[in-house]
Amino acid sequence: MNAPTSPPSPYSASTSDSKIESHTLSVLVDNEPGVLARVVGLFSGRGYNIESLTVAEVAHAEHLSRITIRTSGAPETIEQIRHQLERLVPVRQVTDLTVNGRGLERELAMVKVRGRGDNRNDALQLAEAFRARIVDATTESFIFELTGKPEKIDEFVDLMRPIGLVEVSRTGVAAISRGPEPI
Amino acid sequence: MSKEMTGAEMVVEALKDHGVDVLFGYPGGAVLPIYDVLFQQESVRHILVRHEQGAAHAAEGYARSSGKVGTLLVTSGPGATNTVTGLTDALMDSIPLVCITGQVPTHLIGSDAFQECDTVGITRHCTKHNYLVKSIDDLCRVLHEAFYVASNGRPGPVVVDIPKDVQFARGLYSPPHNVHHKTYHPQLDGDVSLIREAVAMMAAAKRPVFYTGGGVINSGPVAAATLRELVALTGFPITSTLMGLGAYPASGANWLGMLGMHGTFEANNAMHDCDLMIAVGSRFDDRITGRLDAFSPGSKKIHIDIDRSSINKNVKVDLAIVGDCGHVLEAMVRVWRSEAMHAEKQPLDAWRAQIDHWRARKSLAYRNSTTTIKPQYAVQRLYELTKDKDVYITTEVGQHQMWAAQHYHFDEPNRWMTSGGLGTMGYGLPAAIGAQLAHPKSLVIDIAGEASILMCIQELSTAIQYRLPVKVFILNNEYMGMVRQWQELLHGGRYSHSYSEALPDFVKLAEAFGAKGIRCYDPADLDRAIGEMLDYDGPVLFDCVVEKGENCFPMIPSGKAHNDMLLADLSDDAGVELGAIIDEKGKMLV
Repeated sequence: MNAPTSPPSPYSASTSDSKIESHTLSVLVDNEPGVLARVVGLFSGRGYNIESLTVAEVAHAEHLSRITIRTSGAPETIEQIRHQLERLVPVRQVTDLTVNGRGLERELAMVKVRGRGDNRNDALQLAEAFRARIVDATTESFIFELTGKPEKIDEFVDLMRPIGLVEVSRTGVAAISRGPEPI
Repeated sequence: MSKEMTGAEMVVEALKDHGVDVLFGYPGGAVLPIYDVLFQQESVRHILVRHEQGAAHAAEGYARSSGKVGTLLVTSGPGATNTVTGLTDALMDSIPLVCITGQVPTHLIGSDAFQECDTVGITRHCTKHNYLVKSIDDLCRVLHEAFYVASNGRPGPVVVDIPKDVQFARGLYSPPHNVHHKTYHPQLDGDVSLIREAVAMMAAAKRPVFYTGGGVINSGPVAAATLRELVALTGFPITSTLMGLGAYPASGANWLGMLGMHGTFEANNAMHDCDLMIAVGSRFDDRITGRLDAFSPGSKKIHIDIDRSSINKNVKVDLAIVGDCGHVLEAMVRVWRSEAMHAEKQPLDAWRAQIDHWRARKSLAYRNSTTTIKPQYAVQRLYELTKDKDVYITTEVGQHQMWAAQHYHFDEPNRWMTSGGLGTMGYGLPAAIGAQLAHPKSLVIDIAGEASILMCIQELSTAIQYRLPVKVFILNNEYMGMVRQWQELLHGGRYSHSYSEALPDFVKLAEAFGAKGIRCYDPADLDRAIGEMLDYDGPVLFDCVVEKGENCFPMIPSGKAHNDMLLADLSDDAGVELGAIIDEKGKMLV
C-alpha cells in the first residue's frame, strides 16, 4: 500500500525488552567477489550492529575465507542474524562462538606513543607488563605491538593516553573455538 | 559433452537446456551479441516488453502460473536498473527468476562508461543471489547455478551480469547435469521426531487452525494436494494468506477465507482464539499478525518453513520444522495415518460451531446499490461469470486487490498472481501477459485499479503485438483507493494527492493501443458488459466505473489485534469515528 509516510514500524523485533548481549560469530564463506559486501549489506539492510569485523582468506586452494563478526543485540536478534547469514548463498557455516563459551578471541593492535623523560619510562614499563613488543622506536616515540583480548587492548590504550598516545590501529577480533575439533 | 561456442551462444544454449520456452526482454547495446543469437534460433521465444519493469513482472506471472523459472534479458545501465522493482517484488514473494543483464566490456567497468552501472551492487539487496561473470570460463557454471539457486530452497530472483566482451569470447559449454552447488543445499525433509511431535500436538488440539501461505504454492501441486489431504484427515479449519490463496479450495468445507488486515471475521477470530496454530509456508508478516503482542495469545504454534530465518523472526513459535512444506506435509499425513490418529470430535465440533457463529456475521457483506456499481459487486459478478472457465487472475495493488482476494474464489493453486510482499502497483498487467504466455488457451484477467494500471499501461502494446487476449478489469473509483481510505481513517479526510486527476479515457486509450475498450456505469448492464469482454478475442480494457467512496472492509485497524476488527455496517458514513478508533501508535504504522 502506498501510504504517505513510513516511520520505523513498532512491529519490528527491536521492540523486545530482552537484554542486549555481545556475541562473536564466525562465518565461513566461499571467497567469491562481493561476499563481504553481501555480509555487511545484510547487517546494514536489516539494522543489525557490527562492533568489529575481520576477514581473511584461510584456505587458498578451497577459496575459503573466514569472517569474524562481533555484534550486539537481544538473544533472538542474534539468532536471527545467524539464520540470515546462513541464508546467503556463498556462506558455508555460521557459528556463534559466544553461545558455547568455548570461543578464543584475540586482536592485534599497533599503538603509537610519543613522549620524553618519565613518560618514556612509564610507557616502557607498562608495555612490559602488557607484554607489548616494540616494533619501532625513535628518540621521542615508540610503536607497540600488542595482542590480546579486545578488553586488554582497550585497557592498554587507556593507560597510554595520558602518557602521549598518538594513534591506534587495530585488526578487529579473530576468533576460534577451543579444543581439538573444528567449529 | 562440452562444445565450444561464444558466451552469447552459451546464454541461449543454457536457456534451452533449462527448458525455457519464453524469454522476456528488451535489447540494447550491451546485449546485442545475445540478441543476435536469439535471432538465429527458434526454441526460445523472445517477448519484447515495453519497459524492463514489465519484463520482470511478466516473468513473475509466467513463473507463478506455471511453476517454472521465469527469465528475462535486459541491457546494461537503465535496462538493469528498471528491473529493480520487479526483482524486489520477486524476492519478497519468493518467485524464481533468472535475469540476464548485459554489462559494459570488462576493461570499461569502473570507468563510468556509457550505460554502465554497478548492476551486482545495485541488485545485491533485491536478489537471492547475483553474479558478475568476468571470465568466459565461469559463464557455463554460473548460468547453471543461477537456475539452481533461483528454483531450489526458498525460490527467488537471480541476476547474471555478463560484460559484452564475455558474450563475444569463446569457451567450452557443457549441459547441466546434477548441478552440485558448493555451498547451497537447502534442507527439504523435516526432522521426523519433530513431525511426530507436531502430529501429537494436532491430535490433542481442541481449537486448531491451519494458517498457510505462498510457500505451499511454491512447493508445487503435490504440496497443495497433500495439504488438502491433511485438512480432510484432521477436519481442522484452514485460512490462508494473500499469497497462499488456492492451495486449499475456497469451496472446501473447512475454508475460513483469507486472514489478515482485510481477512474475514471468522479467519481472524479463529487465529486469535485457537489453541493450536499450524503455520505452513507462511511468514507472520505484519499484514497478517496485526498487533504483535496481542497475536493469538493462547495458542501453541507450529511453523513449517524451508527458510530457517523465517522462524521466530516476528512471532516466537513452540515447534519449528525446517523443510519443504510439501515433504513435511507428506510426512505428517503418513504419521497421522500410520498411528491412526484422530482429532477429538467433541471439542472440534464446539470449535466449528464457534466459527459458524463468527461466519454468520457475514463480514464480507456490503450494501449494494441499484444506481452505482459497487466494486465488491463487480468482482462478484466477474467471478460468477468466469468461475467455470479455465481462468487465471492477476491484480495490481490497493483496494481492488483486496476486493479481488475477498470476492474472487480460487479452487486451485497457481491461479492467482498478486504482489503481496512488496505491494507493487503496476504488477498486474505484465503479470497477466506472463500468465497468458504460459497458458495461451486460458482466460487471463487483471483485476486493476485506475491508478495502478497507468503504472505499466505500456505493456498493452506487448499484448497487442503478441495477440495475447488479456482482459484488464479496472475498478475505476477515480482515487488511489487504499490511500484515500487511510486518509479518511487516519488523516481527517484530507485527501492529499490521492484523487486520480486528469484520467485518460480508458476506452479511447484501449483503442489507441489497438485493444478493445468497454465502459460500464450501470449495475444492471454489468453482466452484459462482462460478457462482451469475455467474448472478445483480444486484449480488452474494461473501465468499470464504481462507487468512489467505498471502503474495503472488514479491516484490522493499524495497531489492533485480530479480535478487534472493523466491520462494514459499523463504519457506515463514519469516517471521523473511525479515525478515533486508531490510536497515535497505530497511525505510525503503514
